[in-house]
Amino acid sequence: MKLELRGVRKGYGGVEVLHGVDLTAEGGRVLAIAGANGAGKSTLIKVLAGAVPLDGGQILLDGEPLTLRGPEDAQGLGFRTVYQELSLVPQMTVTENVLLGALPTKRGLVDWSAAHARVRALLEEIGFADIDPRVRAGKLSVARQQMVEIAKALAVEPRMLVLDEPSAVLAGTDLDRLFDLIRRLRERGVAILYVSHRLAEVMEISDSITVIKDGRVVDTLTPAHTSEDEIIALMAGRRLEQIYPDRVPEPGKPLLSVRGLSRDGVFDDVSFDLAAGEIVGMFGLVGSGRSEVARCVFGADRPTSGTVELDGAVTRFRTPGDAIGAGVALVTEDRKHSGLVLGMDVTDNTTFATMARISRAGLLDTRRRAANVQDMIERLGIHPPRPEMPVRHLSGGNQQKVVLAKWLLTRPRVLILDEPTRGVDMATRVDIYRMIDELTREGVAILLISSDLTEVLGATDRVLVMRGGRLVAEVGSADTTEDEVLAHSVGVAA
Amino acid sequence: MTEQQTSTVLDPVSGEAAGATAPASARWRAAVPSPTVLVLIGAAVAIVVVAGVTNDSFLTEGNMTNLLRQMVSTGLLALGMLLVILTGGIDLSVGSVVALTGIMSAGLVSGLPLPLAILAAIVVGVLCGTVNGLMVARFSLAPFVVTLASMTTFRGLTYVYSKTPITPTTPDFLTLGSQNVGAIPIAAIITLAMFALGWVLINRTSAGRALLGIGGNREAVRLAGVKVRRHLVLAYALSGLCAGVAGVILASRVGIAQPSVGQGFELDAIAACVIGGASLSGGRGTIGGTLAGVVLLGLIDNLLSLYDVQSYWQQVLKGLIIAVAILVRRGERQNT
Repeated sequence: MKLELRGVRKGYGGVEVLHGVDLTAEGGRVLAIAGANGAGKSTLIKVLAGAVPLDGGQILLDGEPLTLRGPEDAQGLGFRTVYQELSLVPQMTVTENVLLGALPTKRGLVDWSAAHARVRALLEEIGFADIDPRVRAGKLSVARQQMVEIAKALAVEPRMLVLDEPSAVLAGTDLDRLFDLIRRLRERGVAILYVSHRLAEVMEISDSITVIKDGRVVDTLTPAHTSEDEIIALMAGRRLEQIYPDRVPEPGKPLLSVRGLSRDGVFDDVSFDLAAGEIVGMFGLVGSGRSEVARCVFGADRPTSGTVELDGAVTRFRTPGDAIGAGVALVTEDRKHSGLVLGMDVTDNTTFATMARISRAGLLDTRRRAANVQDMIERLGIHPPRPEMPVRHLSGGNQQKVVLAKWLLTRPRVLILDEPTRGVDMATRVDIYRMIDELTREGVAILLISSDLTEVLGATDRVLVMRGGRLVAEVGSADTTEDEVLAHSVGVAA
Repeated sequence: MTEQQTSTVLDPVSGEAAGATAPASARWRAAVPSPTVLVLIGAAVAIVVVAGVTNDSFLTEGNMTNLLRQMVSTGLLALGMLLVILTGGIDLSVGSVVALTGIMSAGLVSGLPLPLAILAAIVVGVLCGTVNGLMVARFSLAPFVVTLASMTTFRGLTYVYSKTPITPTTPDFLTLGSQNVGAIPIAAIITLAMFALGWVLINRTSAGRALLGIGGNREAVRLAGVKVRRHLVLAYALSGLCAGVAGVILASRVGIAQPSVGQGFELDAIAACVIGGASLSGGRGTIGGTLAGVVLLGLIDNLLSLYDVQSYWQQVLKGLIIAVAILVRRGERQNT
């Protein structure tokens, strides 16, 4: 099979996003698509899934022009897409989700044993036999849900499989299993499009890499003849000399001390300190309890036992508002779920945590609010610089900047960042690392939670490793290796 | 690396969009009517023009005064309803609160001074709303179910208070609902004033922004330190307040308080919000749109009566108009 895009154009509301994209996907090959946020990757995926009509150009299937009138057309041809946003129905079982609309029947009734068996076989095939097809999808971890999505895409033998940021929630062995699956599908002649920011993965799994920028194809390269640096430079349109700022750890006085913090069934007996001017990383696989620790420190969830000390005094944050008042801020891991009100504009989203502070007798000081927002737009380079723009329309990187802006306005002394660069392009990541580094110079203590090993070592002074709800190791970022940290996190000796 | 470089790299697509439209002044953007409101105002103007030309009694002072007066109940209820809808909730109990507060004001006025009787009835409305709010916020119950239950309960309490209609003993009681300032009913002025306060609440207070945020993404605003429960109670309490004022005004206008009054009022209030662009899943809706929805519904009722259209056909037409209004809005949203 050979699928070609020729001069594909697509825009929304008068703004063209794809300016004539040429692309070739072939059966039995893995084509990676790399591009910064707003480069047009998502739109490209929607075009391939038949989810949006073309404005211009054409799609050729084995040389014949092809018109996709809707997602049904694409699926009928065996084009399957696994979107970054999960689309499972949480209340339904894994089996129902995977075979949605195509449950096997016997004499008009659903044949459940056949259905479960079929899904079990599918899960086994993708290397996740440990997922029980009879449990509700919502009960699975996000990583498992992602794999169920993939099983769903494979329920009908695909000719082309598009994976949009599949590794965003996968780490360690899960990712290895996904790569095994991709290689097997490739051998079976499936065309695979792998869309990802993570260049290390792209280099490992792909046969060729198409870099897009500003809705145009910049270049198509083969992993053997390129480097991550080259791809980054192509994506950004400039060379990023240095991703992580140089850091000389100079911890000041201790600001935040967590002592024996536990939450039943989630994490147990976690203790650590954060000093002023320090960046401490926290690494752990999905499910290790790292985000949950952060939420308890912040007062979003209640710990079962243990204490949090600020400036040496025991504090009890009963609500996030208490924590914010004391100068603690939490950038949560999932900006769409818990960071942003997507339908509201940049101004509202930037000021939700500080609205009450800039009110007098209940009335908002709108002049001051506008000034604060403008200040943040300039400081973080939020683009486009329009306070009245609904954040829904911003790219992932800029959405993340809005979340950061909201928390910077609270003037935190302790800033907890949970996966702040997930789904964020390289140029914005560099900006975020730089901003964090600058904050520490003002004496802010940073806790950086990440499942990206390179980041957690590159951007921090020391790293705490969590496994199964416990803090299992602490290492200096400069004196360790990715392998060692990973070994701690999965519980094998390095 | 400067910020400038970053932005040119990051989002060239939206960058083009930014060049196309000049940024609106943040201070005034809330005051500029949205396309929805403009469409509704256009529709209302068209109706007025057509009606004025084809029907001699439409553009008379008497009918206009009457029209304004008819809009008061739906208007007040829609205002309170909007605050609840913004949070992603719904208040089905407002019709019953209208009956309860109406009959209490008419009854209390025989023993209390007029202002106190009115105040007491309105306080009862606020209490009703507060109960709804507490159930929704404290026990995380579905607003639909909570207010469905309280709709029945408040109606029952109305009959407990009086099984028969009450005629207020004080003639002054009728002032609020039936007197005019010039040609404009006092009740309409009160309603407009409350809409103005509602606009300030939604657009110029942190509480108002919080209501929208709760409807848009409750978890996000909770984590931003917004006290979600307190704001939910506030929304329902204000809906109760609006229903209380509406109940007193209605009893005062009719001159007799019926325990059966107000049935189905909640539906008109919800319809006005939805026509005006509010989303029942929360986070979207404006004061201007809701007011426009109220006016449109009021005009339709008034005209269909003037043309002697059978009341059943009125319902059919009203339903169709609501459906059309929603379809128009849907198209509008897809274009953005």
